[in-house]
Amino acid sequence: MKLAVASGKGGTGKSMVAANLAFTLAGTEPVTLVDCDVEEPDLHLFFPAAAVTSDVTVPVPVIDETKCQHCGLCADFCQYGALAALPDRILFFPELCHSCGGCRLVCPNDAIHEEPRRVGTLSMADPQPGLKLIWGTLDTGSPHAVPVIREAKKAAANAPVVIYDTAPGTSCPVVEALDGCDTCILVTESTPFGLHDLQLAADVAARMDIPAGIVINRSDGKDEMTLRFCADHDLDVLMTIPFSREIAAIQSRGDLLCRARPEWQKDFCSLFIKCKTLAGVGP
Amino acid sequence: MKLCITAKGETLDSPTEERFGRAPYFIVMDSATGSFEAIRNPFAEGGGGVGPKAAQLLIVHDVKAVLTGQVGGNAQEVLSAAGITVHLIRSGATVRDAFEQFKTKGT
Repeated sequence: MKLAVASGKGGTGKSMVAANLAFTLAGTEPVTLVDCDVEEPDLHLFFPAAAVTSDVTVPVPVIDETKCQHCGLCADFCQYGALAALPDRILFFPELCHSCGGCRLVCPNDAIHEEPRRVGTLSMADPQPGLKLIWGTLDTGSPHAVPVIREAKKAAANAPVVIYDTAPGTSCPVVEALDGCDTCILVTESTPFGLHDLQLAADVAARMDIPAGIVINRSDGKDEMTLRFCADHDLDVLMTIPFSREIAAIQSRGDLLCRARPEWQKDFCSLFIKCKTLAGVGP
Repeated sequence: MKLCITAKGETLDSPTEERFGRAPYFIVMDSATGSFEAIRNPFAEGGGGVGPKAAQLLIVHDVKAVLTGQVGGNAQEVLSAAGITVHLIRSGATVRDAFEQFKTKGT
């Protein structure tokens, strides 16, 4: 069972839902929680533990100037402008490179080989029995989050139950995190912004053929617009979390709602069962 | 010498374009005769890395100077490496204005 927590809008409570779900499930079955928001990973703040960290690298081209004839085929091929052919040399812009390897293949002089370039790190920890936490961290200045997300997902590939906490938005990092998931939770808030971005996120999930359910967070009880959207689009509201100063305070001191107020665990258990039903893996 | 003016259209009366890599047209002119050729920028709507690719296009056309509004870091690096000088033009001018201004300055 692979479950993603996404939102469209930032700050709706993805990490809060993902962390509490993982914390609760870990009490009964092994669960792996993956922080795919590699530009700003934060789940480890809720689960302090010693981590093992390794580098994430991508292959980038290195030009052998003794073999290069400056024909420019590599630069012509590159769709990302990462290689520029000058009459007497080739310029390489690593931050534009998508590591497709095409330049190496098209070089008629065998002048290009690939070397690893670090773009981020992968960390793993076992913060509590039954819970494995994995998070990627993109290096400052590295523009491509996707390779780091891919490595974080790979590290969790064989786990039976995986929860992916995605980045906000609907761009490549979110699509990469959603790819291959059985179902997803879309966390929203009852504001016009929340609804607008929920629509975008729901559209992405639908296009990727991933069944989605909705969690309304910070509900002030006036959720009519969101409920109407969900009804119109056949999206189930799986859970509603009230707008509460107490919950905000728990969250702000780095604690978890289900740890501080264990009575919430049954709500998150129920959320997981509904997700299983959505995913079609049975109750 | 060949120079390039980034433009919104394909004639000398077209307004100049401030962006380099995403300029719709590159007007390549001969500074001595004033004859010109309008090159449609194939990278204008590209996803990314359009600056270096546009710079390479100018290298292929043997351009020695670019008149434009702003050049990004990567494009600037390619242009510098190729010895192509960059000259800023005021916004709101036509290609013809920019060309005359460049010639008057004698650069």
